[in-house]
Amino acid sequence: MSESSLHVGIAVRQNQYYDSVFLMGINKHLSESPGVEQTAVVMGTDANKLLLAEIGIAGPEIDAATPGDLVVAVISHVEDVTEGVINGLDETLMAIASKSPASDLRSLQAGLEQRPDANLAVFSIPGDYVADEAEKGLEAGMNVFIFSSNVPVERELELKQIGQEKQLLVMGPDCGTSILNGVGIGFANAVRRGTIGAVGPSGTGLQEFTTQVHNAGGGISHAIGTGSNDLSDVIGGLTTLEAMRLLEGDPGTELIAVIAKPPGPQTLPALQEQTKAFTKPLIGCFLGLDQSSEGKFEPFRLARTIDEAGRMALEAAGISGAIQQNGEYGSDQVDAVVAGWTDGQKYLRGVFAGGTFCYQSQQILRDAGVDTYSNSPLQHELKLAHPDDSRKHTLVDMGDEHYTLGALHPMIDATQRAKRILVEAADPEVAILLLDFIFGYNAASDPVGDLLEALQEAKAIRRDHGGALTIVASVCGTKVDPQDIQLQIDMLKESGVHVFSSNVRATAFCSALLGQR
Amino acid sequence: MENDNQEKLLDQPLVVINVGLKDFAKNLETQGADVVQVDWVPPAGGDQEMVDLLDKLL
Repeated sequence: MSESSLHVGIAVRQNQYYDSVFLMGINKHLSESPGVEQTAVVMGTDANKLLLAEIGIAGPEIDAATPGDLVVAVISHVEDVTEGVINGLDETLMAIASKSPASDLRSLQAGLEQRPDANLAVFSIPGDYVADEAEKGLEAGMNVFIFSSNVPVERELELKQIGQEKQLLVMGPDCGTSILNGVGIGFANAVRRGTIGAVGPSGTGLQEFTTQVHNAGGGISHAIGTGSNDLSDVIGGLTTLEAMRLLEGDPGTELIAVIAKPPGPQTLPALQEQTKAFTKPLIGCFLGLDQSSEGKFEPFRLARTIDEAGRMALEAAGISGAIQQNGEYGSDQVDAVVAGWTDGQKYLRGVFAGGTFCYQSQQILRDAGVDTYSNSPLQHELKLAHPDDSRKHTLVDMGDEHYTLGALHPMIDATQRAKRILVEAADPEVAILLLDFIFGYNAASDPVGDLLEALQEAKAIRRDHGGALTIVASVCGTKVDPQDIQLQIDMLKESGVHVFSSNVRATAFCSALLGQR
Repeated sequence: MENDNQEKLLDQPLVVINVGLKDFAKNLETQGADVVQVDWVPPAGGDQEMVDLLDKLL
């Protein structure tokens, strides 16, 4: 038995296909086996084979694997450990599979035969395949919700044109969230039903809006996700317009809020033209606009932030509850925080799970005179040369495809966010870490617990080098979400994290801290 | 421009065919939706040449 070099055990299981959440569960289980250094549990796609090769895992059995084959690699200093884990693999697979009952249906067609009255098909399968499957759903007369991303925009347009022709709603691709008839699809929060309708390409944008409305006492009629590309000029807002028409005609909806980045230059006038005769109030929160945009977006009343959109919606719906203004902190709190920093600590680093939060924070800071770099920047000149390399004030969207290709979204799997937090904490010029915690259906069951160790380590790294790392977090969720949000908030506070109930308010606190610097 | 298909979506209970992540089906059921789960597998085991061939044959 040699303990000096690394041993790699590889297993390929032909025609055993598992979804990405299941694979994450297997990976976690195997990686926690005693003596194991690293594991990889993936399907045998070309992209995954390349990723494996990059960490030195290759061989004829991996070359021969197809996307329908499971590939498992185990690395350890101890040969017996790799052998033991590989030999026990089938047992592990069966034990984990038995926790969620298997379906014997393998295709959309088989599902339709069982429920010919189905009115919605939801797809969360690899992007390479999803457009063809979604097209079958549309041809069969179903509305579709496509969670998967990495679909060519030309295919998205084709799908949406088929939807238009057949008068079916095409939510996605890359659609994170919808709430229809009080039922959340994808990443969605538990919110009460009410009269406020919402439409938007961004999943986290809709989550923040609907939870702010709920937490202030309002309710949501429907929130319709459109997919991240919908308002680009290539797609022309086909789903946004369709969703808005539906809500305009829906007797249970009193007003419509659109939460989005600004529409493409050709799409905006079309959207304005086709909605100008609407009878219901329209609120537009188009993140990233500069402050001179008022009046250019008729018939929309413009909201600068999601919080403001929530306030305007509650007012229009006649709900007396209010969304808090900024200022869940006092000036003494700001002074006390800044007093703990060394002279060299001056930068803010945001490590976000929600792309919309990353974007909204950039806008708020820009308006306060603070330029921030990002992998998803407001202005091109502030784009990071590489997503991994922060500079000065940086806000990074960890849901960017650079981080999600072959991996799970950071709202489900915190591994990459934890690593990035430690990298930022080790930079002596960093003073503030800004984070978001997103709760709700299909998000991680313990989002705070998944990052707690990294947060404590990050604070310790800073302490060891003198100074103090200030961690600021926003929470997006409701008390009726599947996670116990109060417990999660308490865990953050006990770890010394400054917790705010919206991204706007967390960012305003960061801005106040930087202003004191 | 409303029509039967979409009206059905907003006015009637959801009947969903969930193709992919099982957790999605589980959470839809928790919320009272009617769900059929499809444990999707890549067509022809993910072999694109075989998929194209089958598409031509069928």
